[in-house]
Amino acid sequence: MPAGFSAADFYYILPELLLTGGALLVLMLSVLTPKQDGLLLVAALATVGATLAVVVSFAGLDVTASRGLLAIDGFAAFFKVVVLLSAALTLLMSSPYLKTEGIQAGEYYFLILCAALGMMFMSSGLDLITLFIGLETMAVSFYILAGFLKPNPRSNEAAVKYFLLGAFSLGVLLYGMSLLYGATGTTHLSGIAAALGGASPSLVVILGVVLVGAGMGFKIAAVPFHMWAPDVYEGAPTPVTAYLSVGSKAASFAMLIRIFIEGLPAVGAEWTMLFYALAVVTMTVGNIAALTQSNLKRMLAYSSIAHAGYLLMGVVVGTERGVAAMLVYLGVYVFMQLGAFAVITMMRRSDIIGEELKDLNGLSKRSPIVAFAMLFFMLSLGGIPPTAGFMGKVWLFGATIDAGFIWLAVIAVANSAVSLYYYLRVVVFMWINEEEGVGSPLTIGPAMSVALGVALFGTVVFGVYPQFLFEHAEAAARSLDGIASITLR
Amino acid sequence: MDSIEAYVPILLFVLVATGFALFTLIVSALVSSSKYNKVKLEPYECGIEPETDARDRYSVRYYLIAMLFVIFDVETVFMFPWAVIMDELALFGLIEMLVFIFILVLGYVYAWRKGALEWV
Amino acid sequence: MAEAIAFYTLSILILGLGVAVITTPRTVHSVVFLVLNFLCVAVLYVVLRAEFLAVIQILVYAGGIVVLYLFVVMLVNLKRQPEEHQDPRRLAKIGLGLSGAMLVELAAIVVYSYSREPSSVTAPSPAFPVQGNVEQLGWLLYTDYLIPFEVASVLLLVAMVGAIILARREL
Repeated sequence: MPAGFSAADFYYILPELLLTGGALLVLMLSVLTPKQDGLLLVAALATVGATLAVVVSFAGLDVTASRGLLAIDGFAAFFKVVVLLSAALTLLMSSPYLKTEGIQAGEYYFLILCAALGMMFMSSGLDLITLFIGLETMAVSFYILAGFLKPNPRSNEAAVKYFLLGAFSLGVLLYGMSLLYGATGTTHLSGIAAALGGASPSLVVILGVVLVGAGMGFKIAAVPFHMWAPDVYEGAPTPVTAYLSVGSKAASFAMLIRIFIEGLPAVGAEWTMLFYALAVVTMTVGNIAALTQSNLKRMLAYSSIAHAGYLLMGVVVGTERGVAAMLVYLGVYVFMQLGAFAVITMMRRSDIIGEELKDLNGLSKRSPIVAFAMLFFMLSLGGIPPTAGFMGKVWLFGATIDAGFIWLAVIAVANSAVSLYYYLRVVVFMWINEEEGVGSPLTIGPAMSVALGVALFGTVVFGVYPQFLFEHAEAAARSLDGIASITLR
Repeated sequence: MDSIEAYVPILLFVLVATGFALFTLIVSALVSSSKYNKVKLEPYECGIEPETDARDRYSVRYYLIAMLFVIFDVETVFMFPWAVIMDELALFGLIEMLVFIFILVLGYVYAWRKGALEWV
Repeated sequence: MAEAIAFYTLSILILGLGVAVITTPRTVHSVVFLVLNFLCVAVLYVVLRAEFLAVIQILVYAGGIVVLYLFVVMLVNLKRQPEEHQDPRRLAKIGLGLSGAMLVELAAIVVYSYSREPSSVTAPSPAFPVQGNVEQLGWLLYTDYLIPFEVASVLLLVAMVGAIILARREL
């Protein structure tokens, strides 16, 4: 073994190794034993479960592995749990959907797991190269997943749009990274931070920061880099949309925080202004555009753009408190967003696509349980107590006000008020509209009921008992290097 | 490391090759006589009269084969820098490369079993 | 000096060929310009003393990727004339203006900052136990960057599976 490596390096990447092994196993099972979709689902879920168990057992560690390329800290553990949880819920809600759409399950599960692998490297990477290759693994998996409904032109459009714009934004991101490398002579985040510390940043560094910010802005679907999101979210298979709007967004935020807070604290004043502007524009445009949508997936796409705006507030604050609040919000967002998409996935039956708002007509009479679950998810997304979404918003807006960004908080509160209109419109369609709904009755299979149950559990429990989430989010934020070096303004 | 002067012969080679090609084209254009008729302008298909337009659409299978070729091409690229320092990397490097190849062989198995390599 | 001349000549060639690629109406001509573009980039790598990258640039890009492009060209129906580009919102001019402004901005930043602080950064060169361009690259790749290298194999596998799924005729 070359100098600098030890057995510990390989022990610390055990979760990634498990996930890779499981993904390869699923792929091989799918070609060697065809028509065994149940077995594949169990294998994929077992992989995610085992990985999750190891990640949780590593949660207390704070070390770097593999010559400083990977951080095994609380922050990485938090995001890995978020990513794996969303992967597991996506797998669960996919299995009935795949049957309806006639999709072969093996490759689909394989790609879900590979995307999760990429996201895990995005959460724990400490080097621009590791982060980038994680991002690329995730992105390529999603390009393919978005186009999985081959006979469906909307799905093809989603895949092509996502691919072209994704490739372009990766080019911008790489250009920014290469400028940072050129200015500092290293791709390692702590090396970049050390090289930039002290002296006033040169224009090349600022340009690199702006380009990296733009590239990451695309991945989190921040305005004005959001144009792909509605079309891709609408066209992609519904569980993939759910995974894209939660997993991909969470991992991209992890990467963004790693790069900007750990790598670029020296230019903190510059990028704070950048993200301030992005946050304001993103939440406002997202919410206003969501008001007029009649397609549920499109509406939730704009809503998730707005949520990216809220999450950016945590980055703007940039302190331990701000990042912790952002993590709390993200932890809550996983449950409510995946839950809402689980319901939309269920609406897809053999005789109806079920993505339009009017397809929800009279749902409260036809399937009261599903309607109640959807009610909770919508209230939570809108931030109404006693749901988890309310706790997330209180924590995030509170941190923003404490840090002195009063106007940002005011804009965010106004935006939340606007967003209530379209979230409650869903409820109106389910409860108040008299017209008969169309399509065969909803069926909740065992896998789907577990997914829905977990999402509902999270949305309700973190609303009344948020302490658990607070503590872990704070521990995660504390474990970031350089978090203290950004002064509270 | 070699200085940039080491590439002067290559530059000369490129210049001579390009010059020769241009020279041949220009001289033949100037010297030869040109009489065209319809048959001469037809694409050459072993002397048989062409039946269809050459600009036909090809099967997507060509694309698939090309894509697989590029992927294995990139895999080979990774082997060059490994091969030149195999001795220094010793067993550790060998295991690294075996893991890398193993993952891609699984892709090969997948392609084979899914019939991506079959033509019909 | 000689290197500066080589660099700027090549840069102009690369940019000019890049413009030619996207403005030529004939698809096959466009691919030929792309090959020339790739070759110029390879020469640029040689000037920058990245010999291995230069070889890879020719092997993978001018070789493999261009073959892929040609197959894509053959997939497309070339007999039908391409439709006239329609821009219902007439944003093309605004886009051109914005990207022009961005270009000027970038150029100004680069020129300004290099006149202020000419290449003060020198990359810390790690101690290599091996000599030579390819050898040192390999040493970095297979020791320091071992993890990204192995993840790259998963990335290639994903690309392979994706190509097969999306291009296969039957579902």
